Order: sequence, then structure tokens, then C-alpha cells
Amino acid sequence: MAEYKLIGHDYTTPEMLAKVTGQAKYSEDIRADGMLFCKLLLSPIPHAKVLKVDASEALAMNGVAAILTPDDLPEVTVPPAGLTPFALGGWTERALTKEPLYEGEPILAVAAVDEVTAAEAIEKIKVDLEPLPFVIDPLDALRPDGPNGRTQGNVFVGHVGIDSKDIQTLKWTAKDFEEVAAGRLPWDAKATVETSVGDVEAGLKQADLVLDETFFVQSTAHQVLEPRSTFAYWQNGKLYLYGSTQSMIRSVGPIARWVGIEPSQLVYISEYSGGGFGSKIQSYPYVAIPALLSKKTNRPVMLRISREAENYIGRMRPGFQARIKMGFRQDGRVTAIDSFIIEDPGPYELTSQAEVAAQVASNSYQPLAIRFRGIYVATNTPPKGAQRAPGLPQSVSMFEPLISKAARKLGLDQVEIRKINAPSSDSKFGVREPLQNLTSAYVREALNRGAELFKWQERKQRVSQRSGPKVRGIGVSVGSFTAGSVGYDGLLLVKPDGKLYIHQGIGNFGALAVMDTARVAAEFLGMPWKQCEVVWGGTGKHVPWSSNSGGSQTSHAHSRANYATALDLKRKLQEIAAQQMGGSPEAYEVDNGYVYRKDNTGGSLAFAKAAELAIKLGGKYDGHEIPQQVNAVTKASVTALAGQGLIGVAKDEFPRKGATQGFAAGFAEVELDLETGVYRIVDYTSVADVGTVLHPRNLGGQILGGSVEGFGHITTRNMIYERQDGKLVSRRMYQIRPPSILDVPLEMTWDAVNLPDPQNPVGIKGTGEPPVGAAAGAVLCAISDALSRVDKDIIYRTPIRLDRVLAALGSGKIHDLLAAYA
Amino acid sequence: MAEIRDVIPAFELFQPNSVANALGLLDKYGQDAWVLAGGQDSFDWLKDRIKRPKVVVDLGAIKELKGIRSVGDGLEIGATTSLTEVARNPVVKQRYSVLAQAAENVASPLIRNQGTLGGNLSQDSRCWYYRAGRPCFRAGGDLCYADSPTGMNREHAILEASGCMTVNPSDTAPALLVLDAKLVLRSRHGERVINAEDYFVGPVTDVRRLNSLQPNELLTAIRIPPTWAGAQFYFEKVRDRQVWDFALVNVAAAMRLSGRTIQHVQLAVNGVAARPLRLRAAEAALQGKGRTEQAAEAAAQIAVQGAEPLQHNGYKVTLMRNLIKRAVRGGAEATWAS
Repeated sequence: MAEYKLIGHDYTTPEMLAKVTGQAKYSEDIRADGMLFCKLLLSPIPHAKVLKVDASEALAMNGVAAILTPDDLPEVTVPPAGLTPFALGGWTERALTKEPLYEGEPILAVAAVDEVTAAEAIEKIKVDLEPLPFVIDPLDALRPDGPNGRTQGNVFVGHVGIDSKDIQTLKWTAKDFEEVAAGRLPWDAKATVETSVGDVEAGLKQADLVLDETFFVQSTAHQVLEPRSTFAYWQNGKLYLYGSTQSMIRSVGPIARWVGIEPSQLVYISEYSGGGFGSKIQSYPYVAIPALLSKKTNRPVMLRISREAENYIGRMRPGFQARIKMGFRQDGRVTAIDSFIIEDPGPYELTSQAEVAAQVASNSYQPLAIRFRGIYVATNTPPKGAQRAPGLPQSVSMFEPLISKAARKLGLDQVEIRKINAPSSDSKFGVREPLQNLTSAYVREALNRGAELFKWQERKQRVSQRSGPKVRGIGVSVGSFTAGSVGYDGLLLVKPDGKLYIHQGIGNFGALAVMDTARVAAEFLGMPWKQCEVVWGGTGKHVPWSSNSGGSQTSHAHSRANYATALDLKRKLQEIAAQQMGGSPEAYEVDNGYVYRKDNTGGSLAFAKAAELAIKLGGKYDGHEIPQQVNAVTKASVTALAGQGLIGVAKDEFPRKGATQGFAAGFAEVELDLETGVYRIVDYTSVADVGTVLHPRNLGGQILGGSVEGFGHITTRNMIYERQDGKLVSRRMYQIRPPSILDVPLEMTWDAVNLPDPQNPVGIKGTGEPPVGAAAGAVLCAISDALSRVDKDIIYRTPIRLDRVLAALGSGKIHDLLAAYA
Repeated sequence: MAEIRDVIPAFELFQPNSVANALGLLDKYGQDAWVLAGGQDSFDWLKDRIKRPKVVVDLGAIKELKGIRSVGDGLEIGATTSLTEVARNPVVKQRYSVLAQAAENVASPLIRNQGTLGGNLSQDSRCWYYRAGRPCFRAGGDLCYADSPTGMNREHAILEASGCMTVNPSDTAPALLVLDAKLVLRSRHGERVINAEDYFVGPVTDVRRLNSLQPNELLTAIRIPPTWAGAQFYFEKVRDRQVWDFALVNVAAAMRLSGRTIQHVQLAVNGVAARPLRLRAAEAALQGKGRTEQAAEAAAQIAVQGAEPLQHNGYKVTLMRNLIKRAVRGGAEATWAS
């Protein structure tokens, strides 16, 4: 591997000091003269038609400036090209509605001089609602006489829930529900999606062991640290909006669309964002509320979202009700996976995480055949969306305990059975033809390294010993997920001050790719990091067109883009040097802020001087000529910077064969108390295959942070509804129970395989998501292992709360296995 | 009119510097006044706009309510002493470790720094229906949402429920019950000292309240007699999340042994009824018995007699039984049979 000066080395990221000292300004910190604060009126019931709104009393109050209703919002009907529903969280969903489809959906907003007044004004508004039928549990909607969550039907069949052809009606038979009553998903019931690869029937037939089980995987609310607060004002026909989003430049289009303006009319500022985890990829419809209230009142407006409202509008991971058949050969090889998954995407549109769940299984376990059948049932629960590794924790919650169970039945080691089934770099995956090739996969390497760090064999002996009422168990799991996109732009500027300015259009929301991928440009220009400035945080910073900041793609996409751009800048430096000092451009090398003759026959040019010369030369050197292939956004940014120095600008056009996928192996030990059902994760190790390691300390944070999210999915996080009226009863952090730092082992271990991905010239793959699944699966399998020591079965419902452990230890029957509200 | 569960409405704030001044305010404002100690129970009631006092009396500036002092052979703990201070106090740790443990198990380090012992005893129900502002029995309405065919009642009562299915959420209460603690309640008209056990009320007595504190009264101190100092103690709290969570069931025990024979034992649990319960029948069954698995099991069976689980909380019966069993037997020694 190449010896790097920056890649693979720790450093302090440039925004860190502002964050830890509190100097960093988040949207909510912004204040302006004459500003207003707004509050939302949320639907008190899960489905209704708004018949009448009377806000006269509120508007008559001192200090109340305006209300905003759905009539004030621009019409949004057709999805614009290039925007994916994954990123937007809804085509038809708008900031405010006349037909609330879930409890907590915003109906209108009030702007007032302060929040106390705005909240009082909300209480003075009369809203007449006509209640409509609602559904909390997807299975209720499939009952022969069950209610539909949408007036148009109960299942999503198209990818865009925009008209009746995307929402249809599907009912199961009374006979199907006899199976449900027995705690099994009816295998022969109708599905809306079916796709397969290979012959699943034959695969199951040739298996030595077939497991066939019904699972429930819960939905979990996001609750990111910073709520989705937005501050907006208008000036000279332009909207200035401070937002909390994952993506920066990629949020501009959606925000403009929701506000009803052209992207060029938006000045977007997003320097610091307090986490998104998939819930803020390209912003969200509610940004339109302060923007349009500001337009209406001609005053700056702040919208702060409460914790409770975050529960409703802040997105959730969709839950599953599923049945899985899995065939194994005597040696543990998976012959076939047959899956039937009901997903609850909420009321707005299909989220397709059920299919993703099957797809990641096809990748992690390489079954010889796989079939996926699914239904996306409209429910009147808060809208679901991406949550760090969307589909992956749900997938491992079903497949990993089955693999553990099979290993026990077949007398195989848990690590070995995963190695037998693991993909390698020449593997393919998918649940639809054509299968996708992998760019690289070092899963066996990760499993071997993890087993070594975790002392798997030694621990296996140790945990078999009992102490008092406590048993121990160990578990291992594999997580895989998408880890990179291609084709984005980079933009570099060397100014006459001799510094390298690295412009970044991706967001700064905690994952730090915005800083780390900038190091790639510096690395290949031999530029000392202290002479580099990362430029990020808003449209006014003139940034290049970038990937979405989500889906673990930025480290991959922008290491490539910044590498391409570094090569462009280097070439220009070589050309300028050749023009000044003679010889061919190839005779020159760059390092340490200088371009110099490779043969050391004298002559060197400081970057500062090269920048001055670039301005004199003009054309492509100082940004007056722009390569055709870069995006229009990049072109506009280059134009704005033109004449300030030497500009490097390029699009990532490096080839890539295959789909970039990241992997992680997780190893957990739990101690389970047989008298209380309480268990603790006592140790955890994760090893990731993320290609070349870019920033070790940040990678460790990503792996362990993602692992804690995985722990939470298995151990405590949950949403509970009252079925009678469809209202959420778990409304507070202490009720939805994300794990805290005191819920995780004091010491956790991580490592990376650190083998470069051959399809990225810099070798880097994404990091953020596979560790979530590896951790969820490892803890789940460790619990299963502990239960197996007292001859008990695996638990088929997450989260694994102590009441479910006690049930498993007692009758073995999980109370209400399939109920989606408990 | 629309509902909003956000922004604390305006109120008049008083920050008296003496108990006398505080009592004067309570007398003057009566039902309109809200007593604020650590705020951990108060603030979400206020922010949810469900409780809307005109006046808030903040006890934070009253020095005489803070601190732990020796009184005779026992201890007196000021009601607004922080839970952290209770958990760390050397005398509490040495002589009444069951209380130190209970305090240490409350919520999270941050909440223990802010939350007070008096507040932990006096906090309101955490029933999610009641806390959501639903018009249930406890809120003055005429039904219990938890006790309905669709009620989500995993965290609710298995004992003594009558109408309302609330449980008492305090961790320190069962510890104080087994220590025979007394509570000092003061009003402008005088002082009354009651047994800790008598402070708490179930729905049969009053479905609107979890304790017998009157609107013009303040809980000023908690007195711990020397009776159980240095006894064998046990405390355990079972919760879903190991930090910042309320007890599903907790148990406290104080025991004096002669060899392996139980001379005296006091047992209490919380999280199973609207008030913390002293388990006198189980205690009586253990008197003079050997401290064995069998005796523990028998006492635990007695303790859960009469339990009436709801649809989702049957596990609490198992949990309570097993916790009592090991409070008597000790945590580490067990045989488990499926």
C-alpha cells in the first residue's frame, strides 16, 4: 500500500474547537432584530379531514403576526428529475395538511413575537376535524373487513405515492388470519411484490435443515440530538435559510421546491448540523414553514421543533412483520432464503426497506437462491424513512438468529458458519436479475480479525460456565450495506496567499467526511494540512456539486472527486511551471507547497506564485474556462471564484465495476440474569471492511457509534400505540429508550481490515452503516446463545425486553408476537 | 380549542429563602401554587401545559431544607437534599446502605444531581396515559385507559389497583419503608411526623394523589431512626434501560440474622402498585426461619398472592417474586430450574 502523509493518520478536524467550546452556531442559535418564533398545530388524531379552521381569536392576540395554512404552500405534484423519494421522505407530503394522515401531522403554524405567545395562540385556534378510519397495525389493514389507512386504499404498489395507481387495496382471507391468530404469518397470503433469483423451492428441498419462523421487528423513532430547527428571512427577493440537514448543496433543490422558488433564489446556510442519521438527508418539508411565514410577515422567523414533535415528524425506521424460510446444508452453507415481509412505511409512500432487508441478506450470506415477497401497508403512524442502514438492523434481526440456531442444530461454530456463507470480492448479490458485482469484500478477513481480537475460541469455553442465576452468551454477526457513489465534482483553489482552499458541498453533520475527504486533495498535492482551508457550510461558499450526505457514500464519492480534482490542479501547476521554467509539464512534481523539477536540476515555484501566475494566465487556470462535464452548480461556483487564484475543478470519471458495499463483523458477549430477564452487553468488538482507512479516530467513532445504534435496536428502542384511538403513548425519550452511554460496555474494541477497494483509486469505501447491523446481530445472537444454555429458543421479536426474555424462559411463547403497537 | 404540548406557560415565580416564607406563600395561593424542588417531575408537566399553576414556589433557595445531619442516634435528611448527596453521604453508605443504593439507582447522574430526596418520594405517576393529559380517573375523569381491552399496560400495577392502574415510580420509597423512616410535614399550622409508609396513598384512598401531602404543606425532612443501622440490606431495581429509567419493579430489604436464622426482616417493593408496599405477610413467614432458598421462595409466593396482572404486565408477577426471593436469599446464590 502507498505510504500516505495524511490518509490513514489522525488529526483534529477544523470545526472541532467550535463544537466543543460551544462557539458553533446551529440554526436554533441564530437571532435577528424583529424576529418571530413559530409553533405548529399538530393533528390530535391519526386520520381526519380538516373541515374548518377559525384562527380569529389567535390573530387578535397581541404579538401574533400571522398564521400559515396549507393554502399558503406551493402546489407540489410532480417529482422533479434527479430527486429520489429515499432522500425526500415523500412526494405528496407537504409541510402542512388538510387531511392529517397521522397523529402529530402539522395542520397549521402561527408566528408571534415569542414562543410563549405563539403557543398560547395555538390554543386559541378552533379546528373542526372529521375523523376518518385509521390503521396502526398493518395486519389490521389486511383483514377482510379491516380499515384502510388511506382513502385511496391500503397498500403502496408504486414507488411514488402520488395517485391512485400507486395506492391499491389488498385484503387477506379469513383463513389467512387463522394463521395470524396462531402467531404465524400466513405463507400463502397475497403479496404485492415478488422477486427471486435462482430456484428457491429446489434450494429448500436440497437443504439438510430448513428453519421456518415468524418475526416481528419494531419501528424506532430517530430522535437526533438537534431537532429539525430552521431560521429564515428574505432579502431583496432571496430567501436566506439556516437549516439542519445532512446534505448541504443537495438540500438546495428540495428546499426550493417546498418553498416554491427557484434554487437560485435560495441562500442556504448549514455550517453545523446536530446529526441526521438518515432523517435529514435532503432536508424535509417543514423548512417551508418559517420561510413562508417570513415572506408573509416580512420578518425573520424561527421554527424550533420540540422533542415530542420530533417523535411525530422526525421520521422512524419502518418495522416488519415477517416470515422467513432458510435452508442449510450439513456444512452450514445457506441453500435458499424465502422471505415474506410486511413493512409499515407509514401513510405517505413505499419505503422498500423490506426488499433492502432481503437484498443485504443476499449479500451477507450469499444464498444459492433467494425470493422476496412483500407488502407495503399504509398505516396512520408517523412517516417512516431512512435510519442509519435502512433495512439492515431489521434484516439481521431475522436472519442472524436463524443462522445461530442452524449452527447449533448442525453442531457448527458460529464464526465458521458465517465464513462459509460470506461473500468475497468476486461475489454477486441481489434479489433481482441482473445481480450486482461487488467491488470488494473482505468479510472473512474481518471475521478472522474480530475472532482474534475477541478471543472467540477462549471465550467460547469460558462462557459455558454458569455463575449463580446468570448465564453468559456470545454472538457474532455480519453487517453489509451500500458504501459509495460515483460521478461528483471537486473544486480546489490556490490563492496568492499560498493556501489550498478545498471547497466541499457535502454537509457537516457529525460524520466528518466533509473534513476527511478534503485530506485526499491535500494528500495528492503534497500540501501540508496546516496550509489547507476547508470551505463548507452554505451556497455562499461556492461549493461543487456533491453526493447526498447519506447512505455511507460521501467518503467514497468525495475521495474520488477530490482525487480527480487534485490531479487537475497538479496538472495545471505542472503546466504553469513548465511555461515559467521550461521543459515539459511531466518534468515537474508538486510537494510541500512547491512545484519543482523532478530531476532536482533547479527551479521551483511556490504555490503562492503559481496562483498569481494563474490569475495572469486566466482561462482554465483561474476559472474563466470550465470543463464541460462538471455540473451546473459547480460551474456557477467556479464562475464566482474565477480570478481569485489557481483553480482545480473536475468530475470523478474514474471507472467503477460493480456496486460498492461495506462490511462489518460484530462480536458481543452478554450476561443474562435468569431470574429477572435483565441482560447486559459486557463486551463488544467490531471489525470493518471499509477499504483504505482514511481517518482512524473518526472511523472508530463511526464503528462504535453505529454499534450503539445497533444495540439500541435490539435492546430497548420501541414505539407503542394505543390501538383504540391510534395515538402514540410512548412520547418521551424515557419512554422510547434510546441507549445511553451508560448502557454500553465501558471498553469496546474496533479495528479495520484496511485493504483498499480496487474500484476506488484512493481505495476508500463508506463506513457509517454496516456496523449498525453487525452490532444488532451480534447482541441478538449473544442473547440467543445465553438462552440456549438453558435450552431455550431464540426470541422472535425485537426489542428483546426483559418481559420477552422472561416469557422465553417460561412458557417460551411471546405474548402478542405479531402486534405492531406493543 | 387546539392542544399544544410545548412551551411552559407564564407563571409567577417565588423563591422564598425560608420554610416559613414558603408556607406563607402556600397558604396564600392554595391550589394555585405549585411547589418546585429539583424540577424533574415538574418541568414536563409544565412544558406539556397540562398542569398550569398561577404561582410556582421554588424551594431551591431554602438552606434549612438541604443537608444531612445526625439527630440522636439517627439521621435527618433535608427534603431538597440532592439524590447524589444522599447516595454519597458516608453515614448513609455505612449505616443505611439500602438508601444509598436506592438513591444511586434513580434515573441518571444528571438527574440525581438535580433531583431531590423529597421530590423522589413525592413525584407523580408516570402512567403514559395520565402524563399525556388524557382525562383518566387520576386526572379527574371517569376511566382508566390502561385498564381497557386495548390498554398498553406493560408498566402498570399488579396489586391494589382500583380504577386507576398507576404505579408509584419512586426508588427511594421502598428503602425508606424498610428503614422505618419518618417524614416531617409542615404547614403554617404546625408540624406532623408520619411513618414513611403512611405518606403514600393508593387509589382507594384518593385516586387523584400518590401521597397525603396537603396543598398548604411541605415535606421538609426525612428522619431515619437507628433501628436498622448496620443491618443486612438488599436493594435491586429492574428497569428496561440501565440508566434514566423508572423501575418496572424494585425491592428493598433490611434483615437481622442470628447465624443463618432470620431474626427480623422488613421487605418492601415499588413499581407494582400505586404506593410502595411493605410485605408484612412475607416478613412474618420469614421470622425465625433459616435464610434458605426454600424460605425465600415461600415468602416470595406469599408476597405475590392476590396479584392481578393486566394483559401486558404478567411478567411483573414473576419479576416481583424473583426479586423478593433474592432479597431474602441474596443475589448471587441461586439455582435455576426451567
